[in-house]
Amino acid sequence: MTQNLRVKSSEFIDETNRISFKFDGKTYYGFKGDTLASALIANNVHLVGRSFKYHRPRGIMTSGSEEPNAIVQVNPNSNITEPNARATEIEIYEGLEASSQNCWPSVNFDIGGINNFLAPLFPAGFYYKTFMWPKSFWEKYEFFIRHSAGLGKSPNTRDPDIYDHRNIHCDVLVVGAGISGILAAKNAAKNNFKTLLLDEKNELGGSTIFEANEDNKINHNSAFEWLKKEINELKNIKNLEIKTRTSVAAYHQYNYLLARENLTDHLVKKDKKNKIRQRLLKIRAKKVILATGALERPLIFNNNDRPGIMLSSAIKKYSNFYGVACGTKNIFFTNNDSAYESALSLHNKGIKVEAIIDIREYSDAKIIKKINDAGIKIYWAHTIVDTKGYKRLSGVSIMKLSNDGTSVTGNKISISCDCLGIAGGWTPAVHLYTQSGSKLTFDEERKIFFPKTDTKEQISVGSCGGDFELDEIITNLNYKLKNFLNINKTDFEGITLENDHETSKRNIWLLPSDQTIGKTKPFVDYQNDATAKDIKLALREGFRSIEHVKRYTTTGMGTDQGKLGNMHALGIIADTAGVKMGELGTTTFRPPYTPLTFGTIVGRNVGEFFDTFRRTPMNDWHIKNKAEFENVGQWKRSWYYPKEDETMHQAVQRESKAARQSAGILDASTLGKIDIQGSDASEFLNRVYTNAWSKLAIGKCRYGLMLNEDGMVYDDGVTTRLGENHYIMTTTTGGAANVLGKLEDYLQTEWPELDVYLTSVTDHFATASLCGPNSKKILNKIIPDLDLSDDNFPHMSFKEVLIDRIKCRIMRISFTGELSYEINTPASYGEAIWQKCIEAGKEFNITPYGTETMHLLRAEKGFIIVGQDTDGTMTPIDLQMGWIVSKKKYDFIGKRSLYRSDTMKEDRKQLVGLLTEDPNIVLEEGAQIVSELNQKPVEMLGHVTSSYFSPNLNKSIALAVVKDGKNMMGRKLFVPMENKNISVTVANTVFYDEKNERLNA
Amino acid sequence: MFLINCPYCGERDQQEFKAGGEAHIERPKQPTELSDDEWAEYLFMRKNIKGVQFERWNHAHGCRKWFNMARDTSNDEIKAIYKIGEKPPTQ
Repeated sequence: MTQNLRVKSSEFIDETNRISFKFDGKTYYGFKGDTLASALIANNVHLVGRSFKYHRPRGIMTSGSEEPNAIVQVNPNSNITEPNARATEIEIYEGLEASSQNCWPSVNFDIGGINNFLAPLFPAGFYYKTFMWPKSFWEKYEFFIRHSAGLGKSPNTRDPDIYDHRNIHCDVLVVGAGISGILAAKNAAKNNFKTLLLDEKNELGGSTIFEANEDNKINHNSAFEWLKKEINELKNIKNLEIKTRTSVAAYHQYNYLLARENLTDHLVKKDKKNKIRQRLLKIRAKKVILATGALERPLIFNNNDRPGIMLSSAIKKYSNFYGVACGTKNIFFTNNDSAYESALSLHNKGIKVEAIIDIREYSDAKIIKKINDAGIKIYWAHTIVDTKGYKRLSGVSIMKLSNDGTSVTGNKISISCDCLGIAGGWTPAVHLYTQSGSKLTFDEERKIFFPKTDTKEQISVGSCGGDFELDEIITNLNYKLKNFLNINKTDFEGITLENDHETSKRNIWLLPSDQTIGKTKPFVDYQNDATAKDIKLALREGFRSIEHVKRYTTTGMGTDQGKLGNMHALGIIADTAGVKMGELGTTTFRPPYTPLTFGTIVGRNVGEFFDTFRRTPMNDWHIKNKAEFENVGQWKRSWYYPKEDETMHQAVQRESKAARQSAGILDASTLGKIDIQGSDASEFLNRVYTNAWSKLAIGKCRYGLMLNEDGMVYDDGVTTRLGENHYIMTTTTGGAANVLGKLEDYLQTEWPELDVYLTSVTDHFATASLCGPNSKKILNKIIPDLDLSDDNFPHMSFKEVLIDRIKCRIMRISFTGELSYEINTPASYGEAIWQKCIEAGKEFNITPYGTETMHLLRAEKGFIIVGQDTDGTMTPIDLQMGWIVSKKKYDFIGKRSLYRSDTMKEDRKQLVGLLTEDPNIVLEEGAQIVSELNQKPVEMLGHVTSSYFSPNLNKSIALAVVKDGKNMMGRKLFVPMENKNISVTVANTVFYDEKNERLNA
Repeated sequence: MFLINCPYCGERDQQEFKAGGEAHIERPKQPTELSDDEWAEYLFMRKNIKGVQFERWNHAHGCRKWFNMARDTSNDEIKAIYKIGEKPPTQ
């Protein structure tokens, strides 16, 4: 089986550097410069995988990123294995291991292969049709379908490689370094444009560099020799950056492109270490030149998928670039002249070409004579009707085509071969062009979609622009470049060009066979196993839109996105439905052009860098004191402080008791703080809050509720008047940025006449909230000079004081219902002041508490948390907070909406308290509430929004929103849970100290 | 990804900006005078046309300024950018 098919040394292959690698567990050898595909072919291995649906043996078809079949698992035995890598793109290195996909137990003996014989049972839409009956069985089917779905095996541990992102700004970006791209980049750079040239391959020069076609001449030299000189000159050009192994994945609006630069995949393990594996280039280019070339089309005929059947251009690349023969007995099958070039290349290297089968009647290209001279037999107007060989092609049967091309006549001729090159013409690689939002146009004569328009920011040159012949390419490139770059002259103007021209054309999307189509397998999408038969079936069943046919048949939905067969699918649909291809359009080309690994997409934003954490100035103290943390927005807030082996419940119960019985302290630094100044500051607050602000005295605080224009509660917090024209507003922790944004919006767009300035000062202050009956004594120890009497420093007022010469703002405000003081200090002194409070509080057993205790304490008092007890559908009236809505003010944000018929309805969901019949049962937040247990369907009246076991009341308490709850005081309702129904009674929202006596205790 | 020419800062990447919906919808000066339907028209009704649309944008991660943009929704071409208070371009 192993046989060396290396035929001739190639300048691109380093034969002094022998490399061993493993494929499917077996060791093979190749050379530096080989891809996995070329090295396998050199070892005469064509069978590399099984197809997705029928598990048919499949071989290498192409030599590039369009490969549908040879997709392999790299490092198959490692946890960080990579699936769906294209063997045609993997550069081999010492120690490379890869294996076949989609086969079990092995590629040579695959159990799933039985699907091939069951194929009549797997028509298009098989899954949709079969597994919907009976409906209730879906869950059972799903288990099996999921097990057989998907290609390859995903890695199951964290990707250990390093990925990076880089922003690049350039004047001109050239995508593709074939002959057009090289000339474009060179001329752009020489004309002082900062130019970036990208190519997905490791060598520059595209297909010209290895074409070895002596008939293509530039300045009387062969084109490939001329191009080599041009490439050598690139090194000396300033302003030009070249990146190879870099594939453009996406082309977005405004010339924003994403490219993946592959840096280490071709290196041996020790050289990969500690290096960046791939880099995502985020490119913003002033101008983009697309020179992405063209992809060769296959031909669609019966059993056109056997290992050994390859694109003609790929066979040429393997022989000319890698020095590898794809077979010992080669046949070409074509509808154009390019296969003759491939055949001649092979012949000149001593590789046997048995015959060329051409569906055309004739061609008068010069190359035909050379083929005749070489003694290669040409079968004109013939087609292949079948192929033989299961794991490797062994022969083809051909017949004469009828004049109209729809049927075959005459005798069947069998020819044996082990490699078949198919050449169906060329498709411009317009993927990036269409991704950019530009439209394609269809050329009926040449049967290609090509870019319709060039713009000031973007052009397509070379074969991706629809120019295939050397003289066309160079002449049009010269003209386009001058216009696009606005230059007078290119440096290749006036060169002499000689090349052959193709004159004879014949295109048949689906080639006929002597068998009926139902008995044939003409594959259109190799990777997804979609045949021409499936497409015709879809049309018979009524599908018309190309997008629908695609989804129904899965044509073009593999990892290769149908780069090879999409045109044929369109052609077959157009022919069958009797419409023009131009009118049919194409399916959408979506990024990425070739698959990207997640690592490349996320770059450095992994682990601790995934998101930014905000930490308060007291964070170190919390850590030292063993706090558990909770994420609130981006903030890390201390959640509770467990002592020894306390559970969360035990810790919270202890903290809650301490705060009410003696003293507690909370880090409230995360609350949003907005500094508001200006002569219209009071008027501004009047407009943004529901209550009145003009009469708030300097040094006083007031609670405010902010609505959206739709009348729903948006945020709340205490605002303090620091001076005549100076306020400090606090917002919820999570709402800070949005509140500031909303206030700015109104100031700038609705009320630009107001003299108001907003500054976010959240990060500038640290806040320690002292709470409990002993808080006054503690504060007195810290600031003995300050008169803390209720007369001098009453509830809802503010003092500016010095603590150890540090200017602090103290607000006597309370979110717990206890006497409490919020000490705001400049952030950098936050921890020092906190420590001071802790020291001073020691004799009172001051207890630090976290967010959980804070939530519990405020729930005992019936204070809402915006976002927990509200959800964007609650008005202040719904919250039973009508007292805070000013009746006198003419207008404020959301006022008008409070008088809409819907918001005025009596039986809206309203906030109420709930008490469980059994005081030990704590309701689940989010649980539904009903009034009936035996009714079906039962009406959901609302849900529980906050629920705790209160240690201070020694019973369970909850807040809930209940339909018409206001009128249900004392009503018995039920909370149905999975295993029991919990009886509850509707109660007042305030459970503790209803008269607010403790505030002044 | 748009490249947006903030009238205060110059060209910046779209990720610095926040879209703010349709422009030139003025908050009624006397909301209490409006019927429910008129108020609902202001509150809820927004255009979603294929073609040139006038939009509000905010340079949220930059100068925090709001400005207006005329954008063709069919191809995302930004036709004009102008400051709050300025009249939309006629062409």
